[in-house]
Amino acid sequence: MTDTTNMMAKELLGFYQEELYEEARRAKKEGKLVCWSASVAPSELCVTMDIAMIYPETHAAGIGARKGALDMLEVADEKGYNLDTCSYARVNLGYMELLKEEALTGKTPEKLEKTPAARIPLPDLLITCNNICNTLLKWYENLAVELNIPLIIIDVPFNHTMPIPQYAKDYIAEQFKDAITQLEEICGKKFDYDKFLKVQEQTQRSVAQWNRVASLSSHKPSPLNCFDLFNYMALIVCARSKDYAEITFKKFADELEENLKNGIYAFKGSEQKRVTWEGIAVWPHLGHTFKGLKNLGNIMTGSAYPGLWNLSYTPGDMSSMAEAYTRIYINTCLDNKVKVLSDIISGGKCDGVVYHQNRSCKLMSFLNVETADMLQKENGLPYVSFDGDQTDPRNFAPAQFDTRVQALDEMMKQKEGVSNE
Amino acid sequence: MFTMGIDIGSSSSKVVILEDGVNIIAGEVIQIGTGSTGPKRVLDEALSKAGLTLQDMAKIIATGYGRSSVEEAHKQISEISCQAKGVFFLVPSAKIIIDIGGQDVKAIRLDSKGGVKQFFMNDKCAAGTGRFLDVMSRVLEVNLDEMAEYDSRATEPATVSSTCTVFAESEVISQLSNGVAKENIIAGVHQSVASKACGLAYRCGVEEDIVMCGGVAKDLGVVRAISKELKKPVIVAPNPQITAALGAAIFAFEEVIGANK
Repeated sequence: MTDTTNMMAKELLGFYQEELYEEARRAKKEGKLVCWSASVAPSELCVTMDIAMIYPETHAAGIGARKGALDMLEVADEKGYNLDTCSYARVNLGYMELLKEEALTGKTPEKLEKTPAARIPLPDLLITCNNICNTLLKWYENLAVELNIPLIIIDVPFNHTMPIPQYAKDYIAEQFKDAITQLEEICGKKFDYDKFLKVQEQTQRSVAQWNRVASLSSHKPSPLNCFDLFNYMALIVCARSKDYAEITFKKFADELEENLKNGIYAFKGSEQKRVTWEGIAVWPHLGHTFKGLKNLGNIMTGSAYPGLWNLSYTPGDMSSMAEAYTRIYINTCLDNKVKVLSDIISGGKCDGVVYHQNRSCKLMSFLNVETADMLQKENGLPYVSFDGDQTDPRNFAPAQFDTRVQALDEMMKQKEGVSNE
Repeated sequence: MFTMGIDIGSSSSKVVILEDGVNIIAGEVIQIGTGSTGPKRVLDEALSKAGLTLQDMAKIIATGYGRSSVEEAHKQISEISCQAKGVFFLVPSAKIIIDIGGQDVKAIRLDSKGGVKQFFMNDKCAAGTGRFLDVMSRVLEVNLDEMAEYDSRATEPATVSSTCTVFAESEVISQLSNGVAKENIIAGVHQSVASKACGLAYRCGVEEDIVMCGGVAKDLGVVRAISKELKKPVIVAPNPQITAALGAAIFAFEEVIGANK
């Protein structure tokens, strides 16, 4: 067993990500169940049942970040998936097609052979929620039909008003119970509620450390660039119900706090302006977007997206857990979305906002125009939006991004009467 | 004191040489942009017209799509800030700028001092840009500088899509083959460009004076269509292709003065 005690947070992140994929591959080899899960579906249920987990959204992001998305997108395209469909879905459906072809023919397709991301096994079951989008429903239904495997759907209705009514929490809690019944049937064993409580407690410890990391961007200057949250997010998605996430985030928060004490900040040199980034990262162009802001002296100290996994609840209380999984800001009305973003912007002491008009994520992007308008009326901060995509590299133009963020930088400096120098 | 603004766009290169922040000594345009011989040629032309050398320039600022590739520049500023600066210098009453260049459409709202209050740009799409007009001009076999004249003779503007250049091109081809008069098609093309630009202008909040700049501002058919859509007069900036280069030259002047204070 590898000794992790002396690893830095960054090493832990890499180590545990690989460990999770290895666990899934091992489980498959040993004939145990592997589940593919939506990123904000309750991981607690499958982890309690000792099912190995794979998160296609994170896997697709990894393929995108390693410049391997186009191959998978082409496979999906050939299968008839429309270009307007979410690119996480298309990358994953393309990947699934290749895995299926390999399983049926015994021959590894070339595109699968050379894909830069970790190899993942085919699933034996699927679990999804509709709390982050409704594309997931059709995406997972397609996976289930193509692979002829069971699909557990947990319905988490959109919150058109806030606060969340009790009946909504009761309904979702019932959905959890129904999912547990389905898992018992699939696994052929009873659900262990004592273990479930322990898994819930572990999840809360992971979430607490995640929130501890995220809160550090409120310092000015900041020890944390929120681009790092995009990277570390892999573990809050894939391992929040295990101690991997807690260990890594605790280490990261400790390192950042130590840096803060020693006057070591995320921005080498002097951070000039602080921005909030609204939306998912542009994974295939992560470096370009990071450097584009950095070269202007700007740091990202606000991002609502990682906050989707601020899944705080009371262990043992199904209603409280239901609330955590439904209150995430993209599952709530525009007013609440604005309020969440407003808190992110003020918490990060931001001077401006960058909105990612993400071709893949209609739910997040279509509301941006109104969100930006409402927020500007409230806080008067300049903002820009740019066209992009979370994993389809073709939907992003670097020069367009550069012009917009440079203009934002100039507006932020102009606002304070600072020259453009 | 002389300062220089260089605006390297996607389809044209522009240079302005400014004396003491107010007198335009040279304002040259070459109709090819970044990655071509345009930037060097326009620089040489402007210097030769002014009878000056690069060493005479107290500061040089580059803007536009190709701003990072201008080796002579001391600094780069976005074309949004430069357009605002240049247009406000020429038309101090300007509140909204509509700038249509080779690949960008922008609407910029100015604050009372001529700073950028808000701006919106086209997304990753060529519809409504100068490139869109280029494509249509080729299909219609009408030169760009003749399009306004054709437009003025239109009796019933055709409908041309504003969502996609490629689709609009095939629409235009089918209208041509159906015998629709070029005048009416061109008026439709101009309306299509106007609808894209006005969509952005509406988001800024339309308020007079509205000033148009960028290469497409030379096509009075587009200007008329925008004015009709907004139901307000539209002022075309003098020499509308050089306004961003002018803004860059003014920024350069201000920075030299600021540094010497």
